[in-house]
Amino acid sequence: MSEEHAGGTAKKFLYVNRKAPYGTIYGLESLEVVLIGAAFEQDVSLAFLGDGVYQLAKGQDTKGLEVKNFSPTFGALEDYDVTKLYVEEEALQARGLSAADLVVPVEVVDTRRMAEIMEDQDVILSF
Amino acid sequence: MKFSILVNEGPYTHQASDTAYQFVKAALAKGHEIYRVFFYHDGVNNGTRLTVPPQDDRNIVKRWSELAAQHKLDLVLCIAAAQRRGLMDKSEAKRNGKDADNIAPGFRISGLGQLIEAGIQADRLVVFGA
Amino acid sequence: MMKTMLHTVNKSPFDNGTLQTCLKFVRQGSAVLLIEDGVYAAARDTAVSKQVQEALKSTPIYALRPDVEARGMQNRVMDGVRLVDYEGFVDLVTQHNAVQSWL
Repeated sequence: MSEEHAGGTAKKFLYVNRKAPYGTIYGLESLEVVLIGAAFEQDVSLAFLGDGVYQLAKGQDTKGLEVKNFSPTFGALEDYDVTKLYVEEEALQARGLSAADLVVPVEVVDTRRMAEIMEDQDVILSF
Repeated sequence: MKFSILVNEGPYTHQASDTAYQFVKAALAKGHEIYRVFFYHDGVNNGTRLTVPPQDDRNIVKRWSELAAQHKLDLVLCIAAAQRRGLMDKSEAKRNGKDADNIAPGFRISGLGQLIEAGIQADRLVVFGA
Repeated sequence: MMKTMLHTVNKSPFDNGTLQTCLKFVRQGSAVLLIEDGVYAAARDTAVSKQVQEALKSTPIYALRPDVEARGMQNRVMDGVRLVDYEGFVDLVTQHNAVQSWL
């Protein structure tokens, strides 16, 4: 069973982020894939689950750590036509956060809707 | 089917590279095609020529090189991740003024676009990580 | 035709919530494959066995046999969890539309 995409039918790519920023590199390097991937004109979505929602938290000041603050990069996604950012409602609530605490506009979705979105994807990139 | 594989972790510390290798071997045995194996994050460390693992255990890097040679696999180390972690081929070393290169046979260094392309061209992309 | 997903979990369920998270998102028709340290979730009589048995009512759950055997769990696998080898892993990937690796 082979799916033909030579004609240019865009595949649904989902980037799954479940890890907090800075403790590990996965958030930063995942974002780098999103930016490069944007040029390929696929149907891109980003999902933030669990601690992944912390990647989007406002007010990140990394001067004391002497590491690069990569949260501003989320603001650039719009310029790359990457606009489908889904954030797990339960994850926000468990962490005392709301969409207003995040650096970019996102769609907050419940478990059922997130499951729907995830199971509809063709390619899932987890980091 | 055509498979693309993403390996996110380096040799030995996590099981990801082992599991990916066994999966690729099984897929080939069943007559499937491996479009590309892409190594990202610490996964680029699977491509170093300089490992000398203990003799009584598997040689992860050599295994990948041998499998690649046997089946003409495309093993790609992400250039951004490789640069961060010090994996160089001859031309990268020259370009960046480094005094050595350390890439193992069968691996090549290339951009993240190769990962996206691998996802587009294959029927299935499978991620191995930690 | 409805899409189905193969979910893989490679973390032990005792110190890490990944299995529970995965089970939250698995839909009808999709399946879960336990690999690497994830195979501990297939064991009988553990603190998570009831949850796994509950999930089995609606979701096929598989465990990678080489990982089960490496960890000495081969005589402890609960009824209902099916063991597969690497070729079975490959087959599961082809049988579903995509793979979600929970890392």
